[in-house]
Formats: sequence, C-alpha cells, structure tokens
Amino acid sequence: MTTAPSIEPAIELKGISKAFGPVQANKDISIRVMPGTIHGIIGENGAGKSTLMSILYGFYKADKGEIFISGKKTQIPDSQAAIAAGIGMVFQHFKLVENFSVLENIILGAEDGPMLRPSLAKARQSLTDLAAEYGLDVDPDAIVENLSVGHQQRVEILKALYRQADILILDEPTGVLTPAEADQLFRILNRLREEGKTIILITHKLREIMDTTDTVSVMRRGEMTATVKTSETSPAGLAELMVGRKVLLQVDKTPAKPGATVLEVENLRVTDEKGVERLKGISLEVKAGEILGIAGVAGNGQSELLEVLGGIASGTGIIRINGEDIDVSGKFSDGQSRRARGIAHVPEDRQREGLIMDYMAWENTAFGYHRDPAYQSGIFMNNAAIRKDTEEKMERFDVRPPNPKLSAKNFSGGNQQKIVLAREIERNPDLLLIGQPTRGVDIGAIEFIHQQIVSLRDQGKAILLVSVELDEIFALSDRIAVMFDGQIMGVRDPSKTDEKELGLMMAGVVEEEAA
Amino acid sequence: MDFLSMIQVLDSTMRLATPLLLACLAGLFSERAGIFDIGLEGKMLAAAFFSAAIAAMTGSVWLGLLAGIAASLVLAGIHGLASITFRGNQLISGVAINFLAAGMTVLIAQSWFSQGGRTPSLMGGGRFNPIELPFAEALSGVPYLGPIYSELISGHTILVYVALAAVPATWWLLYRTRFGLRLRAVGENPAAVDTAGVSVVGLRFAAVAICGVLCGVAGAYLATGLQAGFVKDMTAGRGFIALAALIFAKWRPWYALSACLLFGFLQAIALRYQNIDLWAFTVPVQVMDALPYILTVVILAGFVGKAIPPRAGGEPYVKER
Amino acid sequence: MEKMPAWADAVLVPLISLLLAAILSALVILGIGEDPVAAVKMMVSGSLGSTYGWGYTLYYATNFMFTGLAVSVAFHARMFNIGGEGQAMLGGLGVAVICLYMPWPHWSLALIFATLSSAVFGAAWAFLPAYLQAKRGSHIVITTIMFNFIAAALLNYLLVNVMRPAGAMDPATAKFPEATHLPTLHDMLAPFGIAFSKAAPANVSLLVAMLACVAVYFLIWRTRLGYEIRAFGHSESGAKYAGISPVKITVIAMLISGGLAGMMAINNVMGESERLIMNSTEGAGFIGIAVALMGRSHPLGVFLAAILFGFLYQGGAELALWTSIPRELIVVIQALVILFTGALDNMVRIPLEKLFLMFRKGDA
Repeated sequence: MTTAPSIEPAIELKGISKAFGPVQANKDISIRVMPGTIHGIIGENGAGKSTLMSILYGFYKADKGEIFISGKKTQIPDSQAAIAAGIGMVFQHFKLVENFSVLENIILGAEDGPMLRPSLAKARQSLTDLAAEYGLDVDPDAIVENLSVGHQQRVEILKALYRQADILILDEPTGVLTPAEADQLFRILNRLREEGKTIILITHKLREIMDTTDTVSVMRRGEMTATVKTSETSPAGLAELMVGRKVLLQVDKTPAKPGATVLEVENLRVTDEKGVERLKGISLEVKAGEILGIAGVAGNGQSELLEVLGGIASGTGIIRINGEDIDVSGKFSDGQSRRARGIAHVPEDRQREGLIMDYMAWENTAFGYHRDPAYQSGIFMNNAAIRKDTEEKMERFDVRPPNPKLSAKNFSGGNQQKIVLAREIERNPDLLLIGQPTRGVDIGAIEFIHQQIVSLRDQGKAILLVSVELDEIFALSDRIAVMFDGQIMGVRDPSKTDEKELGLMMAGVVEEEAA
Repeated sequence: MDFLSMIQVLDSTMRLATPLLLACLAGLFSERAGIFDIGLEGKMLAAAFFSAAIAAMTGSVWLGLLAGIAASLVLAGIHGLASITFRGNQLISGVAINFLAAGMTVLIAQSWFSQGGRTPSLMGGGRFNPIELPFAEALSGVPYLGPIYSELISGHTILVYVALAAVPATWWLLYRTRFGLRLRAVGENPAAVDTAGVSVVGLRFAAVAICGVLCGVAGAYLATGLQAGFVKDMTAGRGFIALAALIFAKWRPWYALSACLLFGFLQAIALRYQNIDLWAFTVPVQVMDALPYILTVVILAGFVGKAIPPRAGGEPYVKER
Repeated sequence: MEKMPAWADAVLVPLISLLLAAILSALVILGIGEDPVAAVKMMVSGSLGSTYGWGYTLYYATNFMFTGLAVSVAFHARMFNIGGEGQAMLGGLGVAVICLYMPWPHWSLALIFATLSSAVFGAAWAFLPAYLQAKRGSHIVITTIMFNFIAAALLNYLLVNVMRPAGAMDPATAKFPEATHLPTLHDMLAPFGIAFSKAAPANVSLLVAMLACVAVYFLIWRTRLGYEIRAFGHSESGAKYAGISPVKITVIAMLISGGLAGMMAINNVMGESERLIMNSTEGAGFIGIAVALMGRSHPLGVFLAAILFGFLYQGGAELALWTSIPRELIVVIQALVILFTGALDNMVRIPLEKLFLMFRKGDA
C-alpha cells in the first residue's frame, strides 16, 4: 500500500509497546493514519485496541515507541498534551459531569480565563456555529443526565471539536446506540471527514468498518496484524485476520424438538430506581428443548428481563414456570426462590454478578447454592464437600488451571465463564437464563460454551438466551425475539429472517409479516 | 425570654456558630472535590493548640493564627497524601488525623508548657479582641435596633466577620469561577476532569489545602477568640457538628450558614439554660446537646429532603478507560 | 497471577506498618526530649513485668477484643462501624439494668444475663443506623458518628437525672450488688496455686472475649451467614444475584457488630468499675478500629492486636505515672497505626508488590 509521499500522515505510531504486569497489551505496533480519512481499528475484545488509543490520548504511557503528529515527533504524557496536539477522544463510557449543563461540560478544562461568565458566552456562540457546520444540534442549557445516550455522545464530540481537535478517536461508539442513532453518528462522521478531520473508529463490528472506513487496521492479541484499504477487503477476510483462523460461527445442532411450555411471561413490567419504565409489558414463552434468542441493541430492556426472571429485580405481571405462577415481586421473588423453582441464571456480567472475584473457585461453586443441603454439615458449611464438587466440575468443564483454591479473579475470562456455567448447568435446571454467554471469552472457549448450551437444549431444557451479538443469536437460537425500548417487536424463525429484517426491528421498525 | 436576654443568646449564637461555619465551609471545599473529611475536628484542634502556643510565646495573635493554619495544613497534607496520592480510605484517614491531633496537642503542650496539656492563658495582643463597629456606642440607646447593632452586630472579633464573609466568597468561587467549576466537576466525575486535560490530583490537593486553611482559622478562633488559650480536647466535637451542618446544608454555602447558625443557636441555648420549660414539658439540656446530631440523622434518612453527596465522594480516582 | 503471596499481604503489610508507626512514635518521644529506649523498657516492665501489669494489659485487651471484633464483622460486610463507642456505652446501660434492678444468686448467672443484655442494648443502638443505611442509603459512617454523640447525651441525661442515687454527687449509678461482682484473674488462678495480683482488674470477661473471638471466626469463615456477609462485602451486585438480601445482611451484620461492642461492658462496667459511670468506655470503641485494621479483620489478628494495644495502654499509663510523657502518647501511636494500616496501606503495599515482582522475575 502506498500513499502520496507529499502528504504527512496525521498520526503515525512507531513500535508502540505496553505491558500491564505480565500481560503484553500492545506489542510493537506501528500504524499510519492519513489526514481526512476514517481509519478503522478492528479486533476482538481484549485485542489491545483501547489500550493503544489510551496511549495516544495520554492516559497510559507507552513502554516503548514513538508518536508522530503530522510528521512531528510528539510526546503525549497526559490528556492535556493530547488535546494540545489536536486529538479528541470519545470514550466508550462518556466522561461527562452528569448534573452539569451541556455548556458547562463543553468548557470544562477549556475555559477562557478564570471567570466563568465570558467563557460560557463564548462557548454558547461556538456551539451554535458547530451545530450549523456539522449538524450537531444539542440544547446548550440541558442538563446532561436528562439527555438521551445519542445526544450525550454528541456532547462528547462537541467537546472535542470545541477544543479544536483535528483528529477524533471514537471507541466503540455504537455499542449503546440504536441502529438509527448509529446511522446519524456515521453521517456526522462523514461530514467531519469532508471538513478535513481525521477520524479513528475503534470497533469490533465488521459491518461498521465495511460501511464507513477508508482504511482498516486489524489487531489481534496486542499485535497489529494488517492494515488494508477497506475497499480491497471483505468481512470474511477481516474476520479471519481478527481471530487468526476461519471463524465458523456455525454450531452443529439438530432441529429443536420443543416440548411443553416451561416459561410463560405475560405483561411483564419493570420500573427502575429513577422511575423509568424499562420493561413495558413483555409477553413470551419458552418451551422445553428450545433456545429462544433475544436480540437487540444493548440497553433496550434485555438486562432487566434477565434480572426480573432471575430474581434480581422486581416487577409486575405474570411469570409462570411449568404452568405455576411465581412471585414477580416481594419476599419470594429473590434469586434463592428462583433457583428453588429450577431456574438457573448465567448473568450478563460475570465479574459483577456471577462471581465474587475475591472468592476462591470452590466458594464460587457454591455461590447462590450455598443453602444446598449437600453443602451443609450441621450449623456449618461443609467446605470439604464443596471443594470436592468443585474439583469434579472443573474437570468436566476443563477449567484451567484446575485449582479450586485459586481466586476467581485469577482465571481468564473463558475459564471464569466455565466456572459459572458448570455451577448453573450441572444443577439440572428446567430453565436456563443466559446473558452474553461469550462476552470477553477467547475463541476456544466460545465453541465449548456454545456446545454446552445446545446439549442442554437437547436434554429437553428451556433456554432463554440474551446476546447483543447477532451472529451468536443466529447460531444458537431456535426462535428469535427482538427487543426494542422495553418491548418485544416480534418473534422470528431464524431460517426465515435475515440480519436486515432484525436490524430494522432492533430500531423499532416492524414490517408486516408475510402471511 | 426578654428582649435583652434574647439579644445575648443571639450574640452568643454568632460566636459559637463561627468555628462551626469555618469548619463547615472547610468540609464543603473538600467534599465538593470528592474527598470526604471526617478529620475536621482534628485539624481544628491542632490549629487551636498551635495558634494559642505561638500567640502565648510571641504575644502576637497574628503569628498564632499563621501557626494554627500551618498546623492544620500539615494534617490536611497527610489526608491528601493518604486519600489522593495513595488512594487510601478517606474515612479511616480522617479518624487517624483526629487521634493524631488529640494526642500530639497534649504531648507537645506538656513538653512546652508543663501545664497539664494547656497553654498559658492569653492576654492582650495574644488574643483577638472585639471590634467596635462605628457608632456602636452612640446607637446603643436606640430602642431595639440599637442593642441589635451594638450587641449583636458589633463587638465581635475579626474572625467572626471573616467567617461571615467566607460564605459569599465560597459561593462566588464555587459558582462563578473556573476553579469552582473544575472543583465541582472533580467531585462529581473526576474522569471528566482528567480527560479534559485538568489534573485531578492538583485540584483535589487544592481543595484539601483550602479545607486546611479554613480549619486552621476555625481552630485559631476557638483558642484565641472564643477562649483565651488552649485546653485539652477543646474542640469538643465541633468538627463533627460542622460535618453534620454540612450534610444538613446539602453541601451548599448559603445553607451552610443557616445550618451553622441553627446549631450555634442550640449550643447557645444549652450554654445559658440548664433545662428549658416548654409549655408542659421540661426539655433537659442534653436534648439540646444531641439535637444537631438527631436532626442530621433525620436529614440523612431522607424523610425531610434528601441530602445527596457529591457523586464521586469518598472514591479514590483510578484512571479507567 | 497474584502480585504478592497472600501471607505477605496478611502479615508483612501490617507488620511493616506497625514498624513505621513505631519509628515515628520513637521520633515523637525524642522530639519531646525523652529517651525512646528507656520509654519502651518502662512500658514493657510496667505492662508485662508483673502480674499486676499483666492484669491491666489483659483488662484493656479484653475491651479491645470486643470492639475490634465489632469493627471487623462490619468490615466483612464492607461497612465502617465507627459507632462502637456509642454501642459500648449502651452496652453499659444494659449491664447496669441487669445488675441493679434484678436480684442474682450467683455471679455466673448475672454474667450470662448481663452479657445478653449488653449485647441487646449495643445491637439496638446499631439498629437504626443499619436500617437507615439498608433502606434509605444514609451513610453509616456519618450516622454512627452521630449516634455516638446521641449516646453520650443520653447517658449523661440518665446518669444525672434518672439513675443517680439520691444524695450522690457524681453522675453514676449506685454500686452493683456483691453477687454480681465478677471473679478477677486473681480469684480464678488462686485454686491452681498461681499467685496473680489482686489489684489488677482483668477478670473472667477475658474468657468471654476469647470465646467471642472463636465464635466470630466460625461465624465468618464456617457458617452460611458468614459466607453471605463476606459475599455481600465483596460485591453487592453479586449478592443480589445470588439471592442474598442486602437489607438483611446489612442489618444483621450491624446487629452482630453492635452486640459485640456492647458486650465490652461486662468487662469495664461489670468487671472493673462495678457501677455505670460517665465516659466508662474511655475511647475503647475507637481503638477497636485500630485493632481491626491491624488484625486484618481476622479474629486471630484481632486477638493479637488487642493484646498489643492492651500492652500499649498499660505501658502508656506507666509512662505517664513515672515520666513526664503524658498518656496521650498512646493516642498518637494509635493514630499512626490507624493511618499506616488503614489509610496509607498502599504506601507500604505498592513497594512491597514491586519487590515481590522483582524477586519473581529473578526466579524466572
């Protein structure tokens, strides 16, 4: 790949390395980003993309390597230096002061002089100009926490532009957006490119790379494996570069043989602490021997659905297990009661919920089932029995290292997930709730986990699967329900639908089903 | 209660509210920046001792004031080191500072003065003396307004007026300046401040230092204004009442003034009357002692308006993507 | 991979912190013109050199075991119970009520009921802060501080206006009846032919405190409740997932904590002063914080740290008696221990971790 020699790259990184203790997050990375382009950086979770960008934004200091901005060698020891070098960053988790106004957030750190009043007046004017120039409309006096996620992201972009950034880095910007909001974002990015800004887009979604970027770099396990023109590659080619071998998200499974209805939900509603209704009357059913996949953009009520079914949140409506009503709120709607009803739950966030990271593996094996009579001996817990049980489970699920006395935090993501899965599956539940089963899990473990889910189905269990990865939904589900804004937009047969239709439904658009 | 004794109680309210107000504003700066501070008591105590000690040795109350502020700043520095630099537990650090001050003041007092943990009584230039405002004498004869002016408004030490002036100054600094914007932001979301290219550590140390200065003035007032010299444990829980007032005030300057005046009033009543006859009941003096704390618990319980602390309060800042 | 072996974190970090505190304390002693070596010698001989000294050391240690355990149990549920002082005051009230207003045939019965009563009173004083934390999110550190002051005012009122015998001047209850007087170590060891100082206040409560250490160990590490308390302390979201009620655990852990703090009263009120006086707790509730931090919230650690602080208190009293070093030296040491083990622990831990990492690399 050659570029015109007369143009200096907007950013050039040479030989960047960064280690966190024994973990090499970035290994000898070199990259050239040309001005006025959208440059994608793609890779799996944990491939080192975010670390690299954090180095560029002065959040971390590289162990080795050099940074050139517009051909000039530049030191970026802190965010201040990054801003001065014309770099702006939109983090995955926004860095906004929620109870400040948009205007206050914009000027924070970029005030003109020690008094606020003139700074605010100036920013108000600039904001009007920027809104007109790039189509970035936001009410300057709105309090940030009252804005939608899409608008909060605009505030982040405006913050960067107000600081006269020429280079804009966006880290997984669409993770929290609806497809419509994402489209809007990409229109804005195109506009910025036309105005000569350089954009780095970090994502793990192939589609976004193919649709919007000019050039794409692929990262794998801390290394930059390739940089290619987007027009000269294909999704399959990129995917192969990402994981280092052909990905077959095909799971071997026979057609489902659905039996009796295990889970019935009618008009389920959940309201969060702030009084916002998160589930707006969900009705669905899952039969024995089938996997119902719930697709949707993160934040459309899937988490709340799992939480209310798993006994973490309470709500209103009807939940029936094997034909019997169970409590949706009150004393007998907690996790213990759910487990007693034969509901197992592999939560979306294993580090915050599924495991106690400081507990040893054996203590985690009892987690949630610590009242099991088999684990008791008189008034005490029978720790020896739990340890023995753990050893057996670790062997069957090939957890490495097979050491029950190691703390959960010292296992890799995939092995942590196996510990949770072993605990929940081996209880022989009637219903398995499983959220984001392979998030942050290495490829080898993904296959194993998928096989376990399918084999549980084949034993005649009902499975409710929530995933934001459409590929995973397609690979595993026997039926697919799409959630949008706390509601189910429809249920589809995976063989009779495609990503396009589901994408529209995820944005709240339902086409008439062909009769 | 007749008019004159009411004026006297209110006058004493002003005096008693002053250290509370200074300490409360001190806590406000620290906690608004996200650093919890239950060591206000200790900083005041240290300042009280050193101001009295230096004033006694040099005969200059102003040098005493400086020494008090310096002592308070040293403790503030320790709190900053523990909670900002080493990301330790801010509450535990505060507890340690309170004990450090309680122990060191007596230890040093004994070593320097050998008077059982006191300083010698301060006289003349070793104390802050009341300031007569213009015409106070002349107007005192005017019914009602005269006593209010000459007794209540005039005749306090300079530090009382400093404390009162600190309220609008704090408000202005917090809501009208760049420093205030950043300070409030760092207590709500330090990551926003950090990514905006402003030093979280610098801002928080600045806030802790301001807290130290104000606690220093509060302590100096106790030993050189309100009383004439240092005695062991002379803060007597005032740092905690100030903390209570801060919560009562929901971390806002003007509310802080009202809360401190209220708590000062309760102290003034308790000081003057042993038991208060209220219609059919006799309210024992201990109720007055406990009332600030009870009121704070009620406020904290959220039954009367919820007190929401700064969101990043108490959490050490660790860089995260 | 772990940065540092667990034993180093559990033993080395507190020991180095203690060493730092000791060095600084020595500097303080030098600073006020005294000789630190002579001071330490005097402290050792005064607190450990005679059965009289031991009797006081163990008496103080008994107090600190109860309050240290109280703080530890709350720590396990990730709560900072700064209200041990107030809870111990109320515990004293619980003891006084039992000893004054009920006739007892034998001290052992009185002890059992006084223990229960002090625990109930202490727990009751912890209940409201716990409930407000669990249900209303009121910060328990602030509420327990407030409750310390409210307890002081309450006791002041009761001792001055209600429980003071007619004609008495000082704010205290009447002496407890003879039948409630607890046997001291002198009484207990005499049958074995061991001569123990008659004047020292250490008494049978020491055994109760040691039993409490064992009981807390089993509670925290061997029972379901302990499992749930620790799980909640590590991760509230995890606890909810597992069906562990945060409200229930918060309240129960604080009740246990308050109960333990309250039980201290069988030592200082029933065993030593044999009546309820003002400020009988003498700050032991706060020393519990230092003891729990030093002992890493483990009952064995608490036991050892309590004895260490018992030694410091008795040694400090001896110093104050024979030299011009006031008792407040101990408050300074206590402050430094809290500072280094609780707030500046990272200052010790981070270099230590680096050291271990260096050694490990050297091995590889």
